[in-house]
Amino acid sequence: MTLLSVRNLRVTFDTEAGKVEAVRGVDFSLGRERLGIVGESGSGKTMTGRSVLRLIRPPGRIDADEMTFDGIDLTRATETEMRGLRGHRMAMVMQDPKFSLNPVMRVGAQLMEGLRRRDHVDKTEAHKRAVAALEAVQIRDPDRVMDSYPHELSGGMGQRVMIAMMLIPNPDLLIADEPTSALDVTVQAEVLSILDALVRDRGMGLIFISHDLRLVARFCDRVLVMYKGKIVEELAARDLLNARHPYTRGLLNCLPRIGGPREPLPVLDRQADWAR
Amino acid sequence: MALLEIENLSVTFEVKGRDVRAVQDVTLKVEAKESYGLVGESGSGKSTILRAICGLAPISGGTIRLGGKPLPSPRDAGFARRVQMVFQDPYSSLHPRHTIDRTLSEPLAIHGIGDADARVTKALADVGLPANFRFRYPHQLSGGQRQRVAIARALMLEPEILLLDEPTSALDASVQAETLNLLNRLRAERGLTFLMVSHDLAVIDHMCDRVLVMQHGRAVEELHHADLAAGRMTTDYARSLFAASADRMLDPASGPS
Repeated sequence: MTLLSVRNLRVTFDTEAGKVEAVRGVDFSLGRERLGIVGESGSGKTMTGRSVLRLIRPPGRIDADEMTFDGIDLTRATETEMRGLRGHRMAMVMQDPKFSLNPVMRVGAQLMEGLRRRDHVDKTEAHKRAVAALEAVQIRDPDRVMDSYPHELSGGMGQRVMIAMMLIPNPDLLIADEPTSALDVTVQAEVLSILDALVRDRGMGLIFISHDLRLVARFCDRVLVMYKGKIVEELAARDLLNARHPYTRGLLNCLPRIGGPREPLPVLDRQADWAR
Repeated sequence: MALLEIENLSVTFEVKGRDVRAVQDVTLKVEAKESYGLVGESGSGKSTILRAICGLAPISGGTIRLGGKPLPSPRDAGFARRVQMVFQDPYSSLHPRHTIDRTLSEPLAIHGIGDADARVTKALADVGLPANFRFRYPHQLSGGQRQRVAIARALMLEPEILLLDEPTSALDASVQAETLNLLNRLRAERGLTFLMVSHDLAVIDHMCDRVLVMQHGRAVEELHHADLAAGRMTTDYARSLFAASADRMLDPASGPS
């Protein structure tokens, strides 16, 4: 079943220097599966993710021929309707905990805010659920984290706090923007298995935005490769090693490998016609 | 005698009346012109070791010797000329309101080194940046370009040792490749010694001759490059780190999960 379908999505920023097109005609659909979007910074992958939640501020604007989430036309939904969807049914884990958590609010208060306000849960229950959510993302001392301010946490801890926060309301669609890039490999594997369990057990749809091709190949079912606002290649994750597009191949080859040769790493040789 | 010797180093922070022992009893030696890696999870104390060397973390025990002599406290100007650090995040490690020119010439001014003009021009060329970047501000550069500036800044005083704290973890894969190539070229050209921190075993394997695996502030296992590449580790933790490395995920032998 299709949970989300997007046709001809365009994100344009009207700047003084003219129009900047961050996303230029992207089509995809998502079922209850794990869809990976990969690309370098500036390729439009984050903007694609944010567009689905309509989280793009002026001067940016979103145009799409179609953007439907579970039968709801997202291009026509009012701001109030969007607010009802965000967090509750569609959630997004942002890239950087340093900028996405409120710096002057304790982590516990931030985790409980949604529960208290949206779900009108009492304080004890909210606290219990927040601690459970932190434990679910493998935080060893949830009580200390609940009492901390974001600056007192490491990047990996902050990232896990954000994932915990997004999972509390049980969304149908989770857009995870580089959710594990600040994490260590062992924690990364844990967080991925948490996300994996959610897709499998609860039938959540997941859009996994990452620059790490190898991770996406391992974790997702399907992969979209973006370059300069366009999808240059779409393939099943298991076929990633046989990717055709030189951009995809270049991204794969420039990563160092354990036991690989010590010679300089191959760098991307960008071709003008990739962006067409 | 090793160039940099760390013996039974402990670092303890006091947080809200509680002692947090970030580094406990770590010993390591870095030979001249060697590239030494520290790898481990966040909170394992690897970055804290670099900060302790620079005098940015409270050392509660042990000694750090540079060229056989204990480091002075506070670190003096002579230390800065021999040891420099490149930080993880080029977005926050460059002064946002200083031009690249000012960032690069400040160490020269502090140390009373003349000929700033020519040195700044050369420093930019050495890290592969165009000369006209000199009068830009950090926000006008991409992440990779900023990290090049940070590397150029660290090299202004022509140090022997570069402490690299996750120098590429904030960068794209393609930019990471360029930055690692740059660091390797500079090390070969100048005979630099690297002490590099990373959570990415593949990066460490590509860059380092020896690596120390750390966990919860303690040293777990020291590995030579060849042993790391072949997966010959003796501790379970090092093995789990090796197995979880993203790089292993595309290994045809291990297959997709």
